[in-house]
Amino acid sequence: MEHLVAARAQMGTSLAFHIVFAALGVGLPLLVFIAEGLWLRTGERAYYDLARTWSKGMAILFAVGAVSGTILSFELGLLWPVFMRYAGGIIGIPFSLEGFAFFIEAIFIGIYLYGWNRLSPRAHWLAAVPVIVSGAFSAGFITLANAWMQMPTGFRIVDGRIVDVRPFVAMFALPWKTEVAHTTLAAYVFTGFCAAGVAAFAQLRGDRRPVVIAAQRTAMIVAAIAIPLQIVVGDVVARFDATYEPAKFAAMEVLATTQRHAPIALGGIPTAGGGIAHAIEIPGALSLLVAFDPNAEVRGLDQVAPGDRPPVAITHLSFDAMVGSGSTLLLIALLWAFAARRRAGSSRGLLIAIALGAPLALVALEAGWFVTEFGRQPWIARGLLRTADAVTTATQLDLRFFGFSLIYVVLAAMSWWLLVRVGRSGAEH
Amino acid sequence: MTAVDAAVGVAGIAMSLYAVFGGADFGGGVWDLLASGPRRSAQRAAITAAIGPVWEANHVWLIFAIVASFTCFPPAFADVTTGLYAPLSFALVGIVLRGAAFVFRNYAGDTPALAQSWTVVFGIASLLAPFFLGDALGALATATYAWTSPFALAVGAFAVTICAQMAAVFIVHEIDDPDLNADFRVRAVRATLAVWISGSIPIALAAATLPALFAALLHPIAFAAVSAALAAGLIVIACVLARRDVAARAAVALEAVAVLGGWFGAQAPALVPGRFTFTSAAASDAMIDAFLLCTAGGAVLLIPSLVLLFRIFKAPARS
Repeated sequence: MEHLVAARAQMGTSLAFHIVFAALGVGLPLLVFIAEGLWLRTGERAYYDLARTWSKGMAILFAVGAVSGTILSFELGLLWPVFMRYAGGIIGIPFSLEGFAFFIEAIFIGIYLYGWNRLSPRAHWLAAVPVIVSGAFSAGFITLANAWMQMPTGFRIVDGRIVDVRPFVAMFALPWKTEVAHTTLAAYVFTGFCAAGVAAFAQLRGDRRPVVIAAQRTAMIVAAIAIPLQIVVGDVVARFDATYEPAKFAAMEVLATTQRHAPIALGGIPTAGGGIAHAIEIPGALSLLVAFDPNAEVRGLDQVAPGDRPPVAITHLSFDAMVGSGSTLLLIALLWAFAARRRAGSSRGLLIAIALGAPLALVALEAGWFVTEFGRQPWIARGLLRTADAVTTATQLDLRFFGFSLIYVVLAAMSWWLLVRVGRSGAEH
Repeated sequence: MTAVDAAVGVAGIAMSLYAVFGGADFGGGVWDLLASGPRRSAQRAAITAAIGPVWEANHVWLIFAIVASFTCFPPAFADVTTGLYAPLSFALVGIVLRGAAFVFRNYAGDTPALAQSWTVVFGIASLLAPFFLGDALGALATATYAWTSPFALAVGAFAVTICAQMAAVFIVHEIDDPDLNADFRVRAVRATLAVWISGSIPIALAAATLPALFAALLHPIAFAAVSAALAAGLIVIACVLARRDVAARAAVALEAVAVLGGWFGAQAPALVPGRFTFTSAAASDAMIDAFLLCTAGGAVLLIPSLVLLFRIFKAPARS
């Protein structure tokens, strides 16, 4: 395997794996907190069982998330030392703050998971609050670093040297607000639909225990609040990209040339040249979405030099996968909300839809991250350093890629197996 | 003291705390692997109870040390991660499998065959991680990143024994059962003897093959540190036998910090001998200041949280 490809494959696999656990690590504490709070308030056993069951899942997921996050912090140096030599001294602050946030999270998750019998019920419940807050901050800080990679700032280059570093300016690169909002909401959308999907699947298999019903209901409340917000924020992100990251936006929308009355291209088949063929085009729709004017000009890939263009096919198809699955999730949430309003129990059809929400939420999460990262290529930090120039000189990367991939397969399989058992057994206490 | 020195101090404190607390957790895994005798499963249960609530928090010291390194000393970080790619990758595999296996075996308890397999993985990974971290540290001191050199490998072995020693000393304070307590008391004494033996090997190898390093070890700071570590080891044995468990804990932590502190104190102001000094590796003044500011702010939240965690779970076992 080619050197750079092996490095990117290893980093990409590591992130694709970790993002699942990271998102659940942000979202699950909130679900557990709600469930335990409902138990304290109502005294209903089902909510206690639910909090116990979910916190068992949280223990497994948090541990795997912590170790897979450790892999990433090593890989920053092991795979991209040149990048870290440039970036470490500019964008280290959000990483340092993330260190503290992760610390607080790890401490209170230890207190929460092992403190059921050592703390008063109320104190135990409140121990989840720092986990929720620091989990969200932790993800937010990492997203700040990513925002900087999209639009590096907070330094000047004089004679090829980086000078005048302003760490707190670098920390808040232009895309930070939209990116942090989109990423944080993604964690709640993903966790909500995952947990609800698992509970719906259990019901379809005939498991009608109160704890399962409570799980589906609690998780769907979180999912149904998060998904409409996420779609609004997603729209803001897309318009931000059209203005400030035109190359990424043009790749997302397969827009080769700058034009008025720009069409939206849906789907399509990747071509040998890296483009897209046979997409369904809606004339003028892109101009309308970007500027609320069907004749507005939208910048295409021709605005950037050929060597600076992101790969079109994967960026576009990932974007469509994200938008398509996100929209379907909104529909599922609406169907659920109407059924809940009518106080109708969940019909079989609705349960199937909610169960399908879990894999769709996974697609939305991964595809959304693909859009950001492929859309930034060929840069690791746009305009500052190319990915190809950032890679390590260490050898035999392909071997290590296969080795770590094997570890991920084992971790995923084992986590899956344990979580299924946790779900089936419910609370044993 | 300059801001750069302070940043070195922060990174050094993070590494020392990881060496003590993270090291003890690895040591627990080593004893898990070596669990033996009639109370074999009780030994493992005691190790699980001791590590369970704290290992994830202890692990964060490593993340913090890494982040401090690439924030404050980016060129040295890039050079070290390139030169020590191999041992760091192996250490990483150990760190990852240790954490995952620990959780997996605890949650697979009712499937004994599977739990048993993960128990083995947990033990071996707990051995690999400190071995390769120690090896990387040894290789760093050779200035050529010679991680397969006998010296580096001997430092790796030394790291494993000191982790095992810390684990044994820490855990006796948390066990009520007299027989089980005696098991770990014996282990603590034996491990201290092993630390002396395994600690003398790298020194002998340095004397034979690495004259520059050996000269640095005779530097007053390093010499004082090695003496302090030896004295701390004697205190450990005395306290363990006299059942002064809290004092034993302090002594064993002091021993580990003396080894690390003496090492880096002897090298100062070199960060990576022959390659980087503190100042040649340092990021901009603005970055160092910002990092110190964030560390001070973060510590305000972190320290009370840590105290709370250890007060809840590391109080002496109630009888």
